[in-house]
Amino acid sequence: MGRAWKYGDDINTDVLYPGRYLDSYEPSYLASHALEDLDPEFAKNVKEGDVIVGGKYFGCGSSREQAASALKYCGVKAVIAKSFARIYYRNAINMGIPPIETPDVDKINHGDEIELDMENGIIHNRTTGEDIRFNPLPSFIMEIINDGGLVPHLKKKLGTE
Amino acid sequence: MPTIAEKILNRASGQNAVAGDIVSAKVDRAMSHDNAALVWKNFKSLGVEKVWDNERIVIPIDHRVPANNIKVAEGQKAIREMVKLQRIKHYYGINTGICHQIMPEKGHVKPGWLIVGTDSHTTTYGAFGAFSTGIGATEMAGVWATGELWLRVPHTIKINVSGSLPKGSYPKDLILYIIGELTAEGANYRAVEFYGDTMQNMSISGRMTVSNMSMEMGAKAAIIPPDEKTFEWLRPRVEGDMQGVYADPDAVYEREIHFDVSDLEPQVAKPHTVDNVSPVSDVAGKHLDQVFIGSCTNGRTDDFEVVAKILEGKKIHPDVRLIVGPASYEVYLEAIEKGYIQTMIKAGAVVINPGCGPCLGAHEGIMASGERGLSTTNRNFKGRMGSPDSELFLASPATAAVSAITGEITDPRGWL
Repeated sequence: MGRAWKYGDDINTDVLYPGRYLDSYEPSYLASHALEDLDPEFAKNVKEGDVIVGGKYFGCGSSREQAASALKYCGVKAVIAKSFARIYYRNAINMGIPPIETPDVDKINHGDEIELDMENGIIHNRTTGEDIRFNPLPSFIMEIINDGGLVPHLKKKLGTE
Repeated sequence: MPTIAEKILNRASGQNAVAGDIVSAKVDRAMSHDNAALVWKNFKSLGVEKVWDNERIVIPIDHRVPANNIKVAEGQKAIREMVKLQRIKHYYGINTGICHQIMPEKGHVKPGWLIVGTDSHTTTYGAFGAFSTGIGATEMAGVWATGELWLRVPHTIKINVSGSLPKGSYPKDLILYIIGELTAEGANYRAVEFYGDTMQNMSISGRMTVSNMSMEMGAKAAIIPPDEKTFEWLRPRVEGDMQGVYADPDAVYEREIHFDVSDLEPQVAKPHTVDNVSPVSDVAGKHLDQVFIGSCTNGRTDDFEVVAKILEGKKIHPDVRLIVGPASYEVYLEAIEKGYIQTMIKAGAVVINPGCGPCLGAHEGIMASGERGLSTTNRNFKGRMGSPDSELFLASPATAAVSAITGEITDPRGWL
Protein backbone atom coordinates (compact mmCIF):
# COMPACT_ATOMS: atom_id res chain seq x y z
CA MET A 1 0.00 0.00 0.00
CA GLY A 2 1.20 3.52 -0.72
CA ARG A 3 0.11 7.09 -1.28
CA ALA A 4 -0.88 8.59 -4.60
CA TRP A 5 1.11 11.47 -6.11
CA LYS A 6 -1.35 13.00 -8.54
CA TYR A 7 -0.34 15.05 -11.59
CA GLY A 8 -1.98 16.19 -14.82
CA ASP A 9 -1.94 15.37 -18.53
CA ASP A 10 1.13 15.08 -20.79
CA ILE A 11 3.72 14.63 -18.03
CA ASN A 12 6.84 14.54 -20.21
CA THR A 13 10.24 12.97 -19.75
CA ASP A 14 11.97 16.36 -19.38
CA VAL A 15 10.01 17.10 -16.20
CA LEU A 16 10.10 13.48 -14.99
CA TYR A 17 13.88 13.57 -15.27
CA PRO A 18 15.57 16.74 -16.60
CA GLY A 19 18.19 16.32 -19.35
CA ARG A 20 20.74 18.29 -17.34
CA TYR A 21 21.02 15.36 -14.89
CA LEU A 22 21.58 12.67 -17.51
CA ASP A 23 25.31 12.79 -16.76
CA SER A 24 25.29 10.02 -14.15
CA TYR A 25 23.54 6.69 -13.70
CA GLU A 26 23.94 6.46 -9.90
CA PRO A 27 20.59 5.32 -8.40
CA SER A 28 20.73 7.80 -5.51
CA TYR A 29 21.52 10.68 -7.92
CA LEU A 30 18.61 9.65 -10.16
CA ALA A 31 16.25 9.39 -7.18
CA SER A 32 17.24 12.82 -5.90
CA HIS A 33 16.26 14.59 -9.19
CA ALA A 34 13.05 12.69 -9.99
CA LEU A 35 10.21 15.02 -11.03
CA GLU A 36 12.36 17.99 -10.05
CA ASP A 37 10.95 20.46 -12.61
CA LEU A 38 7.36 19.34 -11.94
CA ASP A 39 7.24 18.95 -8.15
CA PRO A 40 10.41 19.90 -6.26
CA GLU A 41 8.90 18.40 -3.07
CA PHE A 42 8.43 14.93 -4.58
CA ALA A 43 11.94 13.48 -4.26
CA LYS A 44 12.22 14.66 -0.66
CA ASN A 45 8.92 13.22 0.51
CA VAL A 46 8.18 10.14 -1.62
CA LYS A 47 8.04 6.85 0.31
CA GLU A 48 8.56 3.21 -0.66
CA GLY A 49 5.35 1.81 -2.12
CA ASP A 50 3.90 5.13 -3.33
CA VAL A 51 2.28 5.37 -6.77
CA ILE A 52 2.25 8.11 -9.41
CA VAL A 53 -1.07 9.06 -10.99
CA GLY A 54 -1.15 11.02 -14.25
CA GLY A 55 -3.65 11.95 -16.93
CA LYS A 56 -3.31 11.26 -20.63
CA TYR A 57 -0.05 10.58 -22.53
CA PHE A 58 2.10 10.03 -19.47
CA GLY A 59 5.86 9.92 -20.21
CA CYS A 60 5.78 11.56 -23.62
CA GLY A 61 9.08 12.74 -25.11
CA SER A 62 12.51 11.24 -24.86
CA SER A 63 13.46 7.55 -24.75
CA ARG A 64 15.49 8.22 -21.59
CA GLU A 65 14.64 5.40 -19.23
CA GLN A 66 15.85 7.48 -16.30
CA ALA A 67 12.33 8.94 -16.41
CA ALA A 68 11.19 5.50 -15.26
CA SER A 69 14.22 4.27 -13.33
CA ALA A 70 14.40 7.45 -11.22
CA LEU A 71 10.88 6.58 -9.98
CA LYS A 72 11.93 3.01 -9.29
CA TYR A 73 14.89 4.23 -7.23
CA CYS A 74 12.47 6.45 -5.27
CA GLY A 75 10.47 3.36 -4.32
CA VAL A 76 7.51 4.05 -6.62
CA LYS A 77 5.60 0.81 -7.19
CA ALA A 78 3.30 1.70 -10.10
CA VAL A 79 2.29 4.46 -12.48
CA ILE A 80 -1.43 4.87 -13.13
CA ALA A 81 -2.53 7.02 -16.07
CA LYS A 82 -5.25 7.50 -18.66
CA SER A 83 -2.72 6.64 -21.37
CA PHE A 84 1.04 6.29 -21.82
CA ALA A 85 3.55 7.27 -24.47
CA ARG A 86 4.83 4.10 -26.07
CA ILE A 87 8.52 4.25 -25.14
CA TYR A 88 7.70 5.15 -21.53
CA TYR A 89 5.27 2.24 -21.35
CA ARG A 90 8.04 -0.18 -22.36
CA ASN A 91 10.64 1.46 -20.11
CA ALA A 92 8.34 1.21 -17.08
CA ILE A 93 7.80 -2.50 -17.73
CA ASN A 94 11.52 -3.04 -18.24
CA MET A 95 12.20 -1.34 -14.89
CA GLY A 96 9.63 -3.57 -13.18
CA ILE A 97 7.12 -0.75 -12.64
CA PRO A 98 3.65 -1.70 -13.90
CA PRO A 99 2.08 0.96 -16.14
CA ILE A 100 -1.65 0.80 -15.36
CA GLU A 101 -4.09 2.29 -17.84
CA THR A 102 -7.52 3.42 -16.67
CA PRO A 103 -9.84 6.23 -17.73
CA ASP A 104 -10.86 6.60 -14.06
CA VAL A 105 -7.85 8.46 -12.67
CA ASP A 106 -10.26 11.15 -11.43
CA LYS A 107 -11.33 8.70 -8.72
CA ILE A 108 -7.88 9.04 -7.15
CA ASN A 109 -6.89 12.20 -5.27
CA HIS A 110 -3.44 13.39 -4.30
CA GLY A 111 -2.46 11.60 -1.09
CA ASP A 112 -5.05 8.79 -1.26
CA GLU A 113 -3.93 5.42 0.09
CA ILE A 114 -3.79 2.96 -2.82
CA GLU A 115 -3.53 -0.81 -2.91
CA LEU A 116 -3.08 -2.72 -6.19
CA ASP A 117 -4.34 -6.11 -7.26
CA MET A 118 -2.39 -6.66 -10.48
CA GLU A 119 -3.71 -10.15 -11.12
CA ASN A 120 -7.37 -9.20 -11.07
CA GLY A 121 -6.90 -5.65 -12.35
CA ILE A 122 -8.23 -3.70 -9.36
CA ILE A 123 -7.00 -0.45 -7.79
CA HIS A 124 -8.34 -0.31 -4.22
CA ASN A 125 -8.60 3.29 -3.10
CA ARG A 126 -8.44 2.79 0.69
CA THR A 127 -9.11 6.47 1.35
CA THR A 128 -12.39 6.71 -0.57
CA GLY A 129 -13.27 3.01 -0.34
CA GLU A 130 -13.76 2.88 -4.09
CA ASP A 131 -12.44 0.14 -6.40
CA ILE A 132 -11.24 1.01 -9.90
CA ARG A 133 -10.97 -1.77 -12.48
CA PHE A 134 -8.37 -1.99 -15.24
CA ASN A 135 -7.40 -4.56 -17.88
CA PRO A 136 -4.70 -6.74 -16.30
CA LEU A 137 -1.40 -6.66 -18.18
CA PRO A 138 -0.68 -9.63 -20.50
CA SER A 139 0.97 -12.56 -18.73
CA PHE A 140 4.33 -12.21 -20.57
CA ILE A 141 4.54 -8.60 -19.39
CA MET A 142 3.57 -9.52 -15.81
CA GLU A 143 6.38 -12.09 -15.89
CA ILE A 144 8.89 -9.30 -16.62
CA ILE A 145 7.41 -7.14 -13.86
CA ASN A 146 7.24 -9.97 -11.32
CA ASP A 147 10.86 -10.84 -12.04
CA GLY A 148 11.77 -7.25 -11.14
CA GLY A 149 12.32 -5.91 -14.66
CA LEU A 150 13.88 -6.96 -17.96
CA VAL A 151 17.42 -7.57 -16.65
CA PRO A 152 16.47 -10.13 -13.97
CA HIS A 153 13.86 -11.55 -16.35
CA LEU A 154 16.39 -12.12 -19.15
CA LYS A 155 18.91 -13.59 -16.71
CA LYS A 156 16.33 -16.14 -15.75
CA LYS A 157 15.49 -16.85 -19.39
CA LEU A 158 19.11 -17.05 -20.56
CA GLY A 159 20.13 -19.11 -17.54
CA THR A 160 22.80 -16.62 -16.48
CA GLU A 161 21.48 -15.97 -12.95
CA MET B 1 -2.99 -6.36 -48.01
CA PRO B 2 -0.25 -5.49 -45.53
CA THR B 3 1.05 -2.01 -44.77
CA ILE B 4 4.79 -1.23 -44.89
CA ALA B 5 5.03 -1.69 -41.10
CA GLU B 6 3.33 -5.09 -41.29
CA LYS B 7 5.59 -6.23 -44.12
CA ILE B 8 8.81 -5.17 -42.41
CA LEU B 9 7.87 -6.66 -39.05
CA ASN B 10 6.72 -9.90 -40.66
CA ARG B 11 10.00 -10.22 -42.52
CA ALA B 12 11.95 -9.46 -39.32
CA SER B 13 9.96 -11.94 -37.22
CA GLY B 14 9.26 -14.67 -39.75
CA GLN B 15 5.63 -14.44 -38.73
CA ASN B 16 2.46 -13.60 -40.60
CA ALA B 17 1.13 -11.00 -38.23
CA VAL B 18 -1.33 -8.16 -38.66
CA ALA B 19 -1.71 -4.88 -36.78
CA GLY B 20 -2.37 -5.56 -33.11
CA ASP B 21 -0.38 -8.83 -32.96
CA ILE B 22 2.78 -9.08 -30.91
CA VAL B 23 5.88 -10.43 -32.65
CA SER B 24 9.42 -11.21 -31.61
CA ALA B 25 11.53 -9.50 -34.26
CA LYS B 26 15.22 -9.63 -35.17
CA VAL B 27 16.78 -6.21 -35.69
CA ASP B 28 19.03 -5.21 -38.60
CA ARG B 29 20.81 -2.43 -36.69
CA ALA B 30 20.89 -1.38 -33.03
CA MET B 31 21.99 2.21 -32.42
CA SER B 32 23.04 3.76 -29.11
CA HIS B 33 24.69 7.13 -28.50
CA ASP B 34 26.20 8.33 -25.22
CA ASN B 35 23.66 6.18 -23.38
CA ALA B 36 25.59 3.15 -24.67
CA ALA B 37 27.34 3.53 -21.28
CA LEU B 38 24.04 2.71 -19.56
CA VAL B 39 23.29 -0.07 -22.07
CA TRP B 40 26.71 -1.56 -21.34
CA LYS B 41 26.15 -1.35 -17.58
CA ASN B 42 22.86 -3.20 -17.99
CA PHE B 43 24.37 -5.66 -20.47
CA LYS B 44 27.11 -6.60 -18.02
CA SER B 45 24.52 -7.30 -15.34
CA LEU B 46 22.87 -9.83 -17.70
CA GLY B 47 25.84 -12.17 -17.32
CA VAL B 48 26.22 -12.56 -21.10
CA GLU B 49 29.79 -12.46 -22.35
CA LYS B 50 29.53 -11.36 -25.99
CA VAL B 51 27.09 -9.14 -27.86
CA TRP B 52 24.91 -11.02 -30.34
CA ASP B 53 26.49 -9.39 -33.40
CA ASN B 54 29.34 -6.89 -33.23
CA GLU B 55 28.67 -5.73 -36.83
CA ARG B 56 25.04 -4.71 -36.28
CA ILE B 57 25.58 -2.44 -33.30
CA VAL B 58 26.29 1.21 -34.18
CA ILE B 59 27.56 3.69 -31.60
CA PRO B 60 27.91 7.39 -32.50
CA ILE B 61 28.82 9.57 -29.51
CA ASP B 62 26.93 12.85 -29.86
CA HIS B 63 25.02 14.15 -26.84
CA ARG B 64 27.84 15.80 -24.90
CA VAL B 65 30.83 16.08 -27.21
CA PRO B 66 33.58 16.71 -26.34
CA ALA B 67 32.79 15.60 -22.77
CA ASN B 68 31.58 18.56 -20.70
CA ASN B 69 32.28 17.21 -17.22
CA ILE B 70 34.07 14.36 -15.46
CA LYS B 71 30.97 12.16 -15.09
CA VAL B 72 30.35 12.36 -18.84
CA ALA B 73 34.04 11.73 -19.58
CA GLU B 74 33.91 8.58 -17.47
CA GLY B 75 30.86 7.35 -19.37
CA GLN B 76 32.48 7.97 -22.76
CA LYS B 77 35.65 6.24 -21.57
CA ALA B 78 33.59 3.19 -20.55
CA ILE B 79 32.03 3.17 -24.05
CA ARG B 80 35.42 3.26 -25.78
CA GLU B 81 36.66 0.39 -23.59
CA MET B 82 33.51 -1.60 -24.35
CA VAL B 83 33.90 -0.96 -28.09
CA LYS B 84 37.41 -2.47 -27.97
CA LEU B 85 36.43 -5.36 -25.73
CA GLN B 86 33.37 -6.34 -27.80
CA ARG B 87 35.07 -5.47 -31.12
CA ILE B 88 32.13 -3.22 -32.08
CA LYS B 89 32.75 -2.51 -35.76
CA HIS B 90 30.76 0.70 -36.17
CA TYR B 91 31.86 3.21 -33.54
CA TYR B 92 31.85 6.92 -34.34
CA GLY B 93 33.72 9.19 -31.95
CA ILE B 94 33.32 12.83 -31.01
CA ASN B 95 34.44 13.98 -34.47
CA THR B 96 31.55 12.51 -36.48
CA GLY B 97 28.16 14.02 -35.68
CA ILE B 98 24.63 13.39 -34.49
CA CYS B 99 23.48 9.76 -34.47
CA HIS B 100 20.42 10.31 -36.70
CA GLN B 101 22.58 11.95 -39.38
CA ILE B 102 25.44 9.46 -38.99
CA MET B 103 23.22 6.37 -39.33
CA PRO B 104 22.17 7.04 -42.93
CA GLU B 105 25.40 8.91 -43.87
CA LYS B 106 27.58 5.96 -42.89
CA GLY B 107 25.39 3.36 -44.56
CA HIS B 108 23.51 1.92 -41.57
CA VAL B 109 20.04 2.53 -42.98
CA LYS B 110 18.38 0.59 -45.79
CA PRO B 111 14.78 0.55 -46.99
CA GLY B 112 12.87 -2.28 -45.33
CA TRP B 113 15.22 -2.65 -42.39
CA LEU B 114 14.13 -2.89 -38.76
CA ILE B 115 16.30 -0.52 -36.73
CA VAL B 116 16.04 0.24 -33.02
CA GLY B 117 17.88 3.02 -31.22
CA THR B 118 18.09 4.29 -27.67
CA ASP B 119 16.78 7.67 -28.75
CA SER B 120 13.20 8.69 -29.41
CA HIS B 121 14.02 10.39 -32.72
CA THR B 122 15.18 7.08 -34.20
CA THR B 123 12.02 7.43 -36.33
CA THR B 124 14.22 9.59 -38.62
CA TYR B 125 15.26 6.60 -40.77
CA GLY B 126 11.67 6.17 -41.89
CA ALA B 127 12.66 8.86 -44.41
CA PHE B 128 14.52 6.04 -46.21
CA GLY B 129 11.70 3.48 -45.95
CA ALA B 130 12.98 1.74 -42.80
CA PHE B 131 10.92 0.80 -39.75
CA SER B 132 12.97 2.48 -37.06
CA THR B 133 11.93 3.23 -33.53
CA GLY B 134 13.20 4.32 -30.12
CA ILE B 135 13.63 2.05 -27.10
CA GLY B 136 15.15 2.40 -23.62
CA ALA B 137 18.68 1.46 -22.56
CA THR B 138 17.71 -1.62 -20.59
CA GLU B 139 15.71 -2.93 -23.52
CA MET B 140 18.76 -2.31 -25.73
CA ALA B 141 20.88 -4.41 -23.36
CA GLY B 142 18.44 -7.22 -24.13
CA VAL B 143 18.87 -6.56 -27.87
CA TRP B 144 22.66 -6.63 -27.52
CA ALA B 145 22.31 -10.02 -25.84
CA THR B 146 19.71 -11.62 -28.10
CA GLY B 147 19.39 -9.53 -31.28
CA GLU B 148 15.64 -9.35 -30.91
CA LEU B 149 12.79 -7.75 -29.01
CA TRP B 150 9.01 -7.97 -28.75
CA LEU B 151 7.00 -5.42 -30.70
CA ARG B 152 3.32 -4.92 -31.17
CA VAL B 153 2.65 -4.60 -34.91
CA PRO B 154 1.22 -1.09 -35.10
CA HIS B 155 -1.86 0.11 -36.88
CA THR B 156 -0.93 2.64 -39.56
CA ILE B 157 -2.16 6.15 -40.30
CA LYS B 158 -1.82 7.12 -43.95
CA ILE B 159 -1.02 10.78 -44.53
CA ASN B 160 -1.34 12.18 -48.05
CA VAL B 161 0.28 15.54 -48.68
CA SER B 162 -0.32 17.44 -51.89
CA GLY B 163 0.62 20.82 -53.34
CA SER B 164 3.77 22.91 -53.57
CA LEU B 165 5.10 24.50 -50.40
CA PRO B 166 4.74 28.28 -50.80
CA LYS B 167 7.77 30.55 -50.56
CA GLY B 168 8.74 30.86 -46.88
CA SER B 169 7.29 27.48 -45.89
CA TYR B 170 9.44 24.36 -45.61
CA PRO B 171 9.14 20.68 -44.58
CA LYS B 172 9.55 21.84 -40.96
CA ASP B 173 6.46 24.03 -41.26
CA LEU B 174 4.56 21.11 -42.76
CA ILE B 175 5.39 18.68 -39.97
CA LEU B 176 4.73 21.29 -37.27
CA TYR B 177 1.33 21.90 -38.84
CA ILE B 178 0.56 18.17 -38.98
CA ILE B 179 1.59 17.71 -35.32
CA GLY B 180 -0.62 20.64 -34.37
CA GLU B 181 -3.55 19.03 -36.18
CA LEU B 182 -3.02 15.46 -34.94
CA THR B 183 -1.77 16.49 -31.44
CA ALA B 184 1.19 15.09 -29.50
CA GLU B 185 -0.65 11.84 -28.83
CA GLY B 186 -2.29 11.62 -32.25
CA ALA B 187 -0.08 8.85 -33.62
CA ASN B 188 0.90 7.20 -30.31
CA TYR B 189 1.56 3.45 -30.82
CA ARG B 190 0.90 3.92 -34.56
CA ALA B 191 3.04 3.82 -37.65
CA VAL B 192 2.60 6.66 -40.11
CA GLU B 193 3.10 6.37 -43.88
CA PHE B 194 3.53 9.57 -45.91
CA TYR B 195 2.41 9.84 -49.53
CA GLY B 196 1.65 12.48 -52.13
CA ASP B 197 3.40 14.77 -54.60
CA THR B 198 4.68 17.05 -51.83
CA MET B 199 6.60 14.15 -50.33
CA GLN B 200 7.86 12.99 -53.74
CA ASN B 201 9.19 16.46 -54.51
CA MET B 202 10.76 16.87 -51.09
CA SER B 203 14.54 16.58 -50.64
CA ILE B 204 15.99 13.73 -48.59
CA SER B 205 16.94 16.29 -45.95
CA GLY B 206 13.33 17.56 -45.78
CA ARG B 207 12.01 14.00 -45.53
CA MET B 208 14.38 13.40 -42.62
CA THR B 209 12.92 16.46 -40.88
CA VAL B 210 9.41 15.04 -41.32
CA SER B 211 10.24 11.52 -40.11
CA ASN B 212 12.36 12.89 -37.26
CA MET B 213 9.58 15.10 -35.91
CA SER B 214 6.80 12.55 -36.39
CA MET B 215 7.94 11.19 -33.03
CA GLU B 216 6.43 14.35 -31.55
CA MET B 217 2.96 13.07 -32.43
CA GLY B 218 3.83 9.76 -30.85
CA ALA B 219 4.62 7.82 -34.04
CA LYS B 220 6.33 4.47 -33.54
CA ALA B 221 7.61 4.63 -37.12
CA ALA B 222 7.28 7.39 -39.76
CA ILE B 223 7.80 5.80 -43.13
CA ILE B 224 8.19 7.55 -46.49
CA PRO B 225 8.17 4.94 -49.28
CA PRO B 226 11.59 4.93 -50.97
CA ASP B 227 11.91 6.25 -54.54
CA GLU B 228 14.76 6.85 -56.98
CA LYS B 229 15.87 9.86 -54.92
CA THR B 230 16.20 7.64 -51.86
CA PHE B 231 18.20 4.95 -53.66
CA GLU B 232 20.45 7.52 -55.31
CA TRP B 233 21.27 9.11 -51.93
CA LEU B 234 21.93 5.77 -50.25
CA ARG B 235 23.75 3.94 -53.07
CA PRO B 236 27.27 5.34 -52.50
CA ARG B 237 26.84 4.83 -48.75
CA VAL B 238 25.46 1.32 -48.19
CA GLU B 239 26.91 -2.11 -48.85
CA GLY B 240 24.99 -4.59 -50.97
CA ASP B 241 21.60 -4.47 -52.63
CA MET B 242 18.60 -2.43 -51.64
CA GLN B 243 15.01 -3.47 -51.97
CA GLY B 244 12.18 -1.06 -51.23
CA VAL B 245 9.23 -2.33 -49.18
CA TYR B 246 5.87 -0.94 -50.27
CA ALA B 247 2.33 -1.27 -49.00
CA ASP B 248 -0.14 -3.36 -50.96
CA PRO B 249 -2.69 -1.30 -52.89
CA ASP B 250 -5.46 -2.64 -50.63
CA ALA B 251 -3.50 -2.21 -47.38
CA VAL B 252 -5.71 -1.57 -44.38
CA TYR B 253 -5.16 1.78 -42.66
CA GLU B 254 -6.62 2.90 -39.37
CA ARG B 255 -7.11 6.41 -40.73
CA GLU B 256 -6.37 8.30 -43.90
CA ILE B 257 -5.68 12.03 -43.73
CA HIS B 258 -5.12 14.58 -46.50
CA PHE B 259 -3.22 17.84 -46.28
CA ASP B 260 -2.91 20.45 -49.01
CA VAL B 261 0.13 22.64 -48.41
CA SER B 262 -0.52 25.21 -51.18
CA ASP B 263 -1.49 27.89 -48.64
CA LEU B 264 0.63 26.73 -45.70
CA GLU B 265 1.98 29.65 -43.68
CA PRO B 266 5.26 29.38 -41.76
CA GLN B 267 4.47 27.64 -38.46
CA VAL B 268 5.80 27.80 -34.93
CA ALA B 269 5.43 25.50 -31.90
CA LYS B 270 4.90 27.60 -28.79
CA PRO B 271 6.00 26.79 -25.22
CA HIS B 272 5.83 24.19 -23.70
CA THR B 273 4.52 21.49 -26.05
CA VAL B 274 5.31 20.62 -29.67
CA ASP B 275 1.63 20.42 -30.60
CA ASN B 276 0.97 23.99 -29.43
CA VAL B 277 1.28 25.17 -33.04
CA SER B 278 0.21 28.39 -34.74
CA PRO B 279 1.28 30.47 -37.75
CA VAL B 280 4.44 32.49 -37.06
CA SER B 281 2.42 35.65 -37.77
CA ASP B 282 0.33 35.00 -34.60
CA VAL B 283 3.35 35.39 -32.33
CA ALA B 284 5.43 37.81 -34.39
CA GLY B 285 7.14 40.56 -32.40
CA LYS B 286 8.08 38.58 -29.31
CA HIS B 287 11.66 39.48 -28.40
CA LEU B 288 14.32 36.74 -28.44
CA ASP B 289 17.49 36.15 -26.41
CA GLN B 290 18.77 33.07 -28.25
CA VAL B 291 18.31 31.42 -31.63
CA PHE B 292 19.62 27.92 -32.32
CA ILE B 293 19.86 26.57 -35.87
CA GLY B 294 20.94 22.96 -36.13
CA SER B 295 20.31 19.46 -34.72
CA CYS B 296 19.17 16.20 -36.32
CA THR B 297 15.96 17.97 -37.26
CA ASN B 298 17.31 20.96 -39.22
CA GLY B 299 21.11 20.99 -39.21
CA ARG B 300 21.81 19.90 -42.78
CA THR B 301 23.45 21.62 -45.75
CA ASP B 302 20.23 22.74 -47.42
CA ASP B 303 19.05 24.21 -44.10
CA PHE B 304 22.26 26.26 -43.92
CA GLU B 305 21.86 27.28 -47.55
CA VAL B 306 18.53 28.91 -46.67
CA VAL B 307 20.05 30.52 -43.57
CA ALA B 308 23.17 31.79 -45.34
CA LYS B 309 21.10 33.39 -48.11
CA ILE B 310 19.12 35.31 -45.48
CA LEU B 311 22.17 36.30 -43.40
CA GLU B 312 24.40 37.24 -46.36
CA GLY B 313 25.80 40.72 -45.77
CA LYS B 314 23.63 41.28 -42.65
CA LYS B 315 24.27 41.35 -38.91
CA ILE B 316 22.17 39.61 -36.28
CA HIS B 317 20.45 41.73 -33.62
CA PRO B 318 22.94 42.75 -30.90
CA ASP B 319 20.73 41.31 -28.12
CA VAL B 320 20.47 37.87 -29.74
CA ARG B 321 22.89 34.98 -29.39
CA LEU B 322 22.80 32.95 -32.61
CA ILE B 323 24.15 29.41 -32.25
CA VAL B 324 24.62 27.14 -35.25
CA GLY B 325 25.19 23.38 -34.92
CA PRO B 326 25.76 21.23 -38.03
CA ALA B 327 24.31 17.71 -37.85
CA SER B 328 27.57 16.02 -38.86
CA TYR B 329 31.13 16.70 -40.01
CA GLU B 330 30.15 15.75 -43.55
CA VAL B 331 27.53 18.51 -43.42
CA TYR B 332 29.95 20.88 -41.66
CA LEU B 333 32.63 20.47 -44.34
CA GLU B 334 30.13 20.85 -47.16
CA ALA B 335 28.76 24.02 -45.55
CA ILE B 336 32.31 25.36 -45.23
CA GLU B 337 33.08 24.56 -48.88
CA LYS B 338 29.92 26.32 -50.00
CA GLY B 339 30.74 29.36 -47.90
CA TYR B 340 27.66 29.11 -45.66
CA ILE B 341 29.64 28.82 -42.43
CA GLN B 342 31.69 31.96 -43.21
CA THR B 343 28.51 33.89 -44.02
CA MET B 344 26.86 32.84 -40.76
CA ILE B 345 29.96 33.66 -38.68
CA LYS B 346 30.30 37.08 -40.33
CA ALA B 347 26.67 37.78 -39.48
CA GLY B 348 27.43 37.08 -35.82
CA ALA B 349 26.75 33.36 -35.35
CA VAL B 350 28.64 31.08 -32.97
CA VAL B 351 29.24 27.79 -34.78
CA ILE B 352 29.52 24.82 -32.43
CA ASN B 353 30.86 21.39 -33.29
CA PRO B 354 28.40 18.80 -34.65
CA GLY B 355 26.50 17.24 -31.76
CA CYS B 356 23.27 17.49 -29.76
CA GLY B 357 24.48 20.20 -27.35
CA PRO B 358 21.82 22.82 -26.68
CA CYS B 359 18.85 20.82 -28.07
CA LEU B 360 18.42 18.94 -24.81
CA GLY B 361 20.00 21.52 -22.56
CA ALA B 362 23.20 19.51 -22.28
CA HIS B 363 25.79 22.22 -23.03
CA GLU B 364 26.96 24.83 -25.58
CA GLY B 365 23.94 27.10 -25.36
CA ILE B 366 21.87 26.85 -22.18
CA MET B 367 19.23 29.52 -21.52
CA ALA B 368 18.88 31.44 -18.27
CA SER B 369 15.63 32.02 -16.37
CA GLY B 370 13.26 34.46 -18.01
CA GLU B 371 14.93 34.08 -21.42
CA ARG B 372 13.14 33.26 -24.64
CA GLY B 373 14.61 31.17 -27.44
CA LEU B 374 13.67 30.08 -30.92
CA SER B 375 15.14 26.87 -32.24
CA THR B 376 15.02 24.60 -35.27
CA THR B 377 15.13 21.53 -32.99
CA ASN B 378 12.32 19.09 -32.25
CA ARG B 379 11.21 19.58 -28.68
CA ASN B 380 10.27 22.58 -26.51
CA PHE B 381 9.24 21.06 -23.20
CA LYS B 382 9.67 23.11 -20.05
CA GLY B 383 13.37 23.31 -19.21
CA ARG B 384 14.39 21.57 -22.43
CA MET B 385 17.09 24.10 -23.38
CA GLY B 386 18.06 25.17 -19.88
CA SER B 387 16.20 26.93 -17.10
CA PRO B 388 12.67 25.66 -16.38
CA ASP B 389 11.78 29.35 -16.38
CA SER B 390 12.87 29.89 -19.98
CA GLU B 391 10.63 29.66 -23.05
CA LEU B 392 11.35 27.88 -26.31
CA PHE B 393 9.67 28.24 -29.72
CA LEU B 394 10.31 25.80 -32.57
CA ALA B 395 10.41 26.87 -36.21
CA SER B 396 12.10 26.44 -39.59
CA PRO B 397 15.69 27.57 -40.31
CA ALA B 398 14.30 30.46 -42.40
CA THR B 399 12.11 31.75 -39.54
CA ALA B 400 15.07 31.30 -37.18
CA ALA B 401 17.52 33.21 -39.40
CA VAL B 402 15.17 36.15 -40.01
CA SER B 403 14.27 36.30 -36.32
CA ALA B 404 17.97 36.38 -35.38
CA ILE B 405 18.34 39.53 -37.49
CA THR B 406 15.29 41.32 -36.11
CA GLY B 407 15.71 40.14 -32.51
CA GLU B 408 12.08 39.10 -32.38
CA ILE B 409 9.94 36.29 -33.77
CA THR B 410 9.47 37.24 -37.41
CA ASP B 411 7.58 35.78 -40.36
CA PRO B 412 10.25 35.01 -42.99
CA ARG B 413 8.00 35.82 -45.95
CA GLY B 414 9.06 39.13 -47.38
CA TRP B 415 12.69 38.46 -46.47
CA LEU B 416 13.26 35.81 -49.14
